Amino acid sequence: MYLARVVGTCVATRKVPDLAGEKLLVVQPLDAEQHPKGTHQVAVDTVRAGLGELVFLVGAREAAQALDRPFVPVDAAIVGIVDDIA
Amino acid sequence: MKVCRVISTVVATAKHPAFHGHTLLMCQPLDARGESAGDAILAVDHAQAGIGDTVLVNQEGNGSRQILGTLDGKLPIRSVIVGIVDDVHVA
Repeated sequence: MYLARVVGTCVATRKVPDLAGEKLLVVQPLDAEQHPKGTHQVAVDTVRAGLGELVFLVGAREAAQALDRPFVPVDAAIVGIVDDIA
Repeated sequence: MKVCRVISTVVATAKHPAFHGHTLLMCQPLDARGESAGDAILAVDHAQAGIGDTVLVNQEGNGSRQILGTLDGKLPIRSVIVGIVDDVHVA
């Protein structure tokens, strides 16, 4: 699981039916000092995150488990909005 | 599993229900000499760890589900702190 900043939205009309209704956001992964790390990713949003917010994501197979439907083909899901890091 | 040092606490109000009641800690992986190595990871605490502790982080979903249980058979949590390290010895 890792930190990221929401930097954009992603819209796809033609997609796997199980992805219907899921909000896709573009995120920039961050390191521990909140500096950008690596390339942008598209992630499914489960917590109504917005542009510019600091969020945390779960990756790999567990990303799909953040959604209600089983067997959704996603590899990154936003599962929390960060209030504070202390 | 990775040996890591806990570097901070992450507080989130809006989060997936699976994270309710869990403490989320930022962990810096360490090499054999105890120096920082690789990217920091966020892990759910299951060992009452605190900032500065050296911990063991399991980064695998099946183990997480066995430790934390599931919601309707699912759990979107991958990294869990499963132990506090007293000592590491590398020959």
